[in-house]
Amino acid sequence: MSTGNMNLTLKVWRQKNNKTAGALVDYKVTDISPDMSFLEMFDVLNEQLINKGEEPVVFDHDCREGICGMCSMFINGRPHGPKDLVTTCQLHMRSFKDGDTIVVEPWRAAAFPVVKDLAVDRSAFDRVIAAGGFISVNTGNAQDANSLPIPKMQADAAFEAAACIGCGACVATCKNASAMLFVSAKISQLALLPQGQPERYRRVQSMVAQMDSEGFGNCTNTGACEAECPKGISLENIARMNRDFASAKFISEETV
Amino acid sequence: MSDINSNIPEGELTQKWTKFKSSVALVNPSNKRSIEVIVVGSGLAGASAAATLAEMGYKVKCFCFQDSPRRAHSIAAQGGINAAKNYQNDGDSTYRLFYDTIKGGDYRAREANVHRLAEVSTNIIDQCVAQGVPLAREYGGLLDNRSFGGTQVQRTFYAAGQTGQQLLLGAYSALERQIGMGKVEMYTRHEMLEVVKIDGKARGIIARNLITGQLERHFGHAVVLGTGGYGNVFYLSTNAMGSNVTAAWKAHKQGAYFANPCYTQIHPTCIPVSGDHQSKLTLMSESLRNDGRIWVPKKKDDNRKPTDIPEDERDYYLERRYPAFGNLVPRDVASRAAKERCDAGYGVGASKLAVYLDFKANTERYGKIEASKAGNHNPDKETCMRLGTAVIKEKYGNLFDMYAQITGENPYETPMRIYPAVHYTMGGLWVDYNLMTSVPGLYCTGEANFSDHGANRLGASALMQGLADGYFVLPYTIGAYLSKEISVKAIPTDHPAFVEAEAKAKGILDTLINIKGTKSVDHFHKRLGLIMWDKCGMSRSEQGLKQAIEEIRALRAEFWRDVRVPGTSDELNTELEKAGRVADFIELGELMCIDALNRNESCGGHFREEYQTEEGEALRDDVNYAYVAAWEFKEGVNFELHKEELKFENIKVAQRSYK
Amino acid sequence: MSGFGNAFSSSIGKKFIMGITGLFLILFLIVHCGINALIFLDDDGLKFNIGAHFMATNWIIRAGEYVLFIGLLVHIFQALRLTLQNQKARPVKYAVNDGKANSKWYSRSMGLLGTLLLIFLVVHLKDFWVVSRFTGIPTVDVNGHENLYGVMKVKFQDPVRVGVYILAMISLCYHLLHGFASAFQTMGWNHSKYNGIIKNVGVWYSIIISLLFAAMPIAVYAGLIK
Repeated sequence: MSTGNMNLTLKVWRQKNNKTAGALVDYKVTDISPDMSFLEMFDVLNEQLINKGEEPVVFDHDCREGICGMCSMFINGRPHGPKDLVTTCQLHMRSFKDGDTIVVEPWRAAAFPVVKDLAVDRSAFDRVIAAGGFISVNTGNAQDANSLPIPKMQADAAFEAAACIGCGACVATCKNASAMLFVSAKISQLALLPQGQPERYRRVQSMVAQMDSEGFGNCTNTGACEAECPKGISLENIARMNRDFASAKFISEETV
Repeated sequence: MSDINSNIPEGELTQKWTKFKSSVALVNPSNKRSIEVIVVGSGLAGASAAATLAEMGYKVKCFCFQDSPRRAHSIAAQGGINAAKNYQNDGDSTYRLFYDTIKGGDYRAREANVHRLAEVSTNIIDQCVAQGVPLAREYGGLLDNRSFGGTQVQRTFYAAGQTGQQLLLGAYSALERQIGMGKVEMYTRHEMLEVVKIDGKARGIIARNLITGQLERHFGHAVVLGTGGYGNVFYLSTNAMGSNVTAAWKAHKQGAYFANPCYTQIHPTCIPVSGDHQSKLTLMSESLRNDGRIWVPKKKDDNRKPTDIPEDERDYYLERRYPAFGNLVPRDVASRAAKERCDAGYGVGASKLAVYLDFKANTERYGKIEASKAGNHNPDKETCMRLGTAVIKEKYGNLFDMYAQITGENPYETPMRIYPAVHYTMGGLWVDYNLMTSVPGLYCTGEANFSDHGANRLGASALMQGLADGYFVLPYTIGAYLSKEISVKAIPTDHPAFVEAEAKAKGILDTLINIKGTKSVDHFHKRLGLIMWDKCGMSRSEQGLKQAIEEIRALRAEFWRDVRVPGTSDELNTELEKAGRVADFIELGELMCIDALNRNESCGGHFREEYQTEEGEALRDDVNYAYVAAWEFKEGVNFELHKEELKFENIKVAQRSYK
Repeated sequence: MSGFGNAFSSSIGKKFIMGITGLFLILFLIVHCGINALIFLDDDGLKFNIGAHFMATNWIIRAGEYVLFIGLLVHIFQALRLTLQNQKARPVKYAVNDGKANSKWYSRSMGLLGTLLLIFLVVHLKDFWVVSRFTGIPTVDVNGHENLYGVMKVKFQDPVRVGVYILAMISLCYHLLHGFASAFQTMGWNHSKYNGIIKNVGVWYSIIISLLFAAMPIAVYAGLIK
C-alpha cells in the first residue's frame, strides 16, 4: 500500500539565492502513491536527489496539517495547486494523474523575494501586523472575559476573518500581487470586535500605509485571492477595510 | 530522597503563589531598560513571554527557526484551553482543575506548580479575549465551553477546531506590537545551536542564521527556552516537521537536567498511517470524543463495511470498560485501550491498526433536538440525520474536511478510522518553581519544560500551560534572578566563552558536512523512530528497552560515520539543519529508554508491561518512584540520575480510576 | 501635513478615485444612452435632436461636460498609474499562471478593455462630438434644430464603422460587468443583504446599456428606423 504506481514529470524552480537567477529544472519521480501528500512526493524527489549527490529542493513547510501557513508552492499556475480550500501540504497526489507534468514555482511578488528554490521571504506580512495588527493591551490589563458580551454573529465573523494563516496565497495569485485580502482579514477581525474599537481607525491607516510601503500591488477586485485562499477568507473583508479607511481618512479626526 | 532543590515557597498551597508574587524582588524600570533577555522559540510560551517581558521594560531578543513567529507549532492545537472559570456553573473551581490535572498526570507532577497553573488559568482567558482572540460564544454573547477528556466539568474554551491558532495569533500580535515599538528584536529563520555560560550562568546563545549560514553571538542577562516538545524523536508524530529538541538538548549538555524524558503522550485520535511515505501524523482533536463513539467489531477480522455492522455486533470498548467516563477517559487510557483491541486482532481498515470513531448516534440525537426546536416532535430518521449533520458540521467542520482531505473518505457518511500517535512530551528540561533550569539564568517554559503535567497531560492543558508560563509566571519569577543582575553590564560577545561556544557549534556543523556518507538524514531519523515506537512507545518492557539502547548506540555510531549532508554550511541548507536535529534526537532517544528502564512502574504515558494490574491498567509504585527523574549529562553521552521527591500534601494519592 | 494625509495617494485612495470616477461615468452612460435611445421613437430623429440640442446648449450640461472629461482623464490616468505599479509588484512572471481557475478573464483584462474603449472613444468623438462642437452640423431638421440625427444616419452607412462600434460595445459590456460591482466593492459599499442586488443590477445595467448602444448603428445600417 505504500508505493504507488504514478510516474510524474516535475518542472521545479531552482534558484540558489536571491542574488542569482533561477530556472525551471525537469525531474522525474516514479512509484508515487495517490495517498501521498504533495510535499511527501517532494520528499521522495529530495531523497532521490540526495542519493544522487545533488542538492535537494528547498521548500518551506512545517506543520503539514494545513494550519501553520508555511508551505507555499505555486502548482500548475495556482497557489497550493488545483484543489480549493487546501494548503499544499493537504493536497494529495490523488488530485493528479499518472503521467502528468507538474510545474512548481515559488510565490512571485516583489514583496516576497525568493530565498532559495521554492522558499520566499514573507516577513512583509509580519511588518504589516507590527504596524497595527493588534489590540494594545498589556498582560495583566484585562477585565473578566465575560464582562463584554459579543453577539455570536459578530464573534463568528471575526473568527472567520481570523482564520487566515498568513500563507500568502492571496498575494501569489493576485495578478497585481496585492496583499489586501491578508491585511483586510486582520483589520476586519479586530474591527468586528468591541475590543478592537478604540484603535480601529488608527489601525487601518497604519496597516495600509505599511502594506503600501512593502511594495505590494493594488487590488482590482478580480476575486482570485478569495477563490484561492485555503481558509476561504472573504472579499467582504476588503470592502470593510476600504470602508474603514474612508471613515478614517474623511471622518475620524485622528490621522496616522 | 531529593538531591535537588525545587525552590517551592513555604506556606499553604493556595497561598504560595500569592505570597511569592508579593514578596519577590522587583527590578526598577530604569534598570529593566538595560537588562537583556533572550527568548528562544515563538510559540505560545515563547511569544507570550517575549511580549510580556518587553511590556515590562526589558530589552528582549526573540528567536525562531520558522520564517515568522506566527508559524510555531502551537498553532496546530485544535481542541481548546482549560480555565477554572466555572462559567457553566457546574461546580468547577481552581481546586478541581488542580485536582484533575494532578490525577490526570497520574500523581507525578509537582503540586505547587499545578496549583499555580490552575490559579492563573482564568487570567489567560481574560487576557486572550482582551487581545481580540475570537473564542466561541453562545447567542447571549458569552463564552461557550465544552468537555474534554479526564474531567467531569465543562471548562474548555475553544475557537472551533483552531484554538491553538487563535491563541497563538493573539500572542503573536502582542509580540509584533513590541517588535513594532522596537522593544523586541525578532530573529526569524534562526536556530539556537549553543547556550553560552559565563561563570556558571547562562549569558547568551549562539544562533545560526539559516539563510546565510552565519553563526551569530547574542548576549542576554538571562536566556529563556520556549522551544517545544521532542515528539519528533519518533519520526512520525503530530508535531511539525521542524519541531526539535536541539535547543533543549544543547542546554542539557551545558548542565541543565532533563526530567522525565520517558513521559510521552500518545494521542488516541489520530489518522492512521497509510504507508511508508508518511512524513507526519495528523491529529483529530480530542473534542471529537465529545460526540464520537469509539468501537471495533465484536468479531475478529471483520471485513464488512462499518456501516454494515449492526449495533449488537459492535464493541464500544471504552464505554464497556470505563462506564463513568466512557469515551472521555484520559488520553493515555484511551490510547492503550485502542492498542489492546488492535493487538488482540479486532483492528479495522487495511492495516488493521485502527478503530472506528462514529458520530452517527450523536448526529441523530442532535437532529432530534433541532427538529423539536423547529416544532417537529416526531421527525423521521432521515430528517434527524440531515439536521444533525448540520450541527456536527458547525462544531467540527474543519476537522471533518481535513479527514476527508487526507484519507479520501467522507466522515459524514462512514465512521472515521483513528489510531494513537505520538503527540506531546510531558518530560523536558527540569525547572524549579521559578521555571529556572539547573543552570542559573537559564529558564524553560511551555512544553519544553517538564513541570506541570506529570506522566500524562490532560486535553486542553498544553495551551493553558504555555500561556500561563509565558504571560503570568515567568515574567514574575525571572525578576527573582534579574534583580540580582542589575549591576552586570552587557558582556561583549568577543568574550572567550562566546568564542568557544561558537567554535563548538561550528565544529559540529563542519563534521556533519564532512562525513559525506551514503545515507540521508531522513534514513537515520526513520530508523530511530521505528526503534522508539516499537520499544519505547505505547508500551515498554525491560528487555525491549535494553535492546533499544543497544540499537540506538549503534545507530548513533553509524550516523556519525555514514550520514550524507549535501551542500555547505554557509547557505540555506535544510539537510544540515535536519542533521543537527537528528543527531540530538538520537542522543535523547537513548536517554528516554534509559529513563523508561529506570522507572520500574507504569504511570500515565509510561506503561511498562511488567507493571500492570490484572485488568491491564497502569500499576504505579508510589513507594519507590514518586519522584522526578532529572538526568544530568555527562561527558561521552552518559547520564547521571538526580531525584526530586514529589510530596502530595493536598491530594490523597490513589490509583487512578475512570470506571 | 493636511488632515487627509495619504487619503488619495495610498493604494486604497487610488482605488477610491477609480471607483468614484467609474461610478460617475456609469451615471453619464445612463444619460447618454437615454437620449440616444430617442432615435428608436422612429420620428425621423426629431426628439433626438431636441435632446441633442438641449445637451449642447444648456450651460449646466456644458459645465458638466468639463467635469466629465476631467473624470474620464483621471480614470485613465489613474488606471495607467495603477497598472504600472501593479506590474512592478511582480517583476518576475510565472511560467504557468492559470488565471481562469480563480477569476473571470474580463476582471483581469480591464486595462485591455479600457484601452480598446479609449481607441473607440477617439473615433467616436471625432464622428460626433467634434462635428457638433467644432466643424458644425451641416443640416437642420423640421424644427430648426441642428440635425445630429442626420449625421448619425450618414456615418452608420459605413459597415466598417458599424463593426467597430459593435466591437466597442462588447468591450464596454465586459468592462462594465466587472467595473460596476467592483466600484461598489472598492468604495466599501458592501452588505450581505444588498450584495446580491448590486451584482444583479450591475449585470443588467452592463447588458442593457451595451445592447442599446450597439442597437443604434445596427438599426440605422439595417434601415430599421427611418
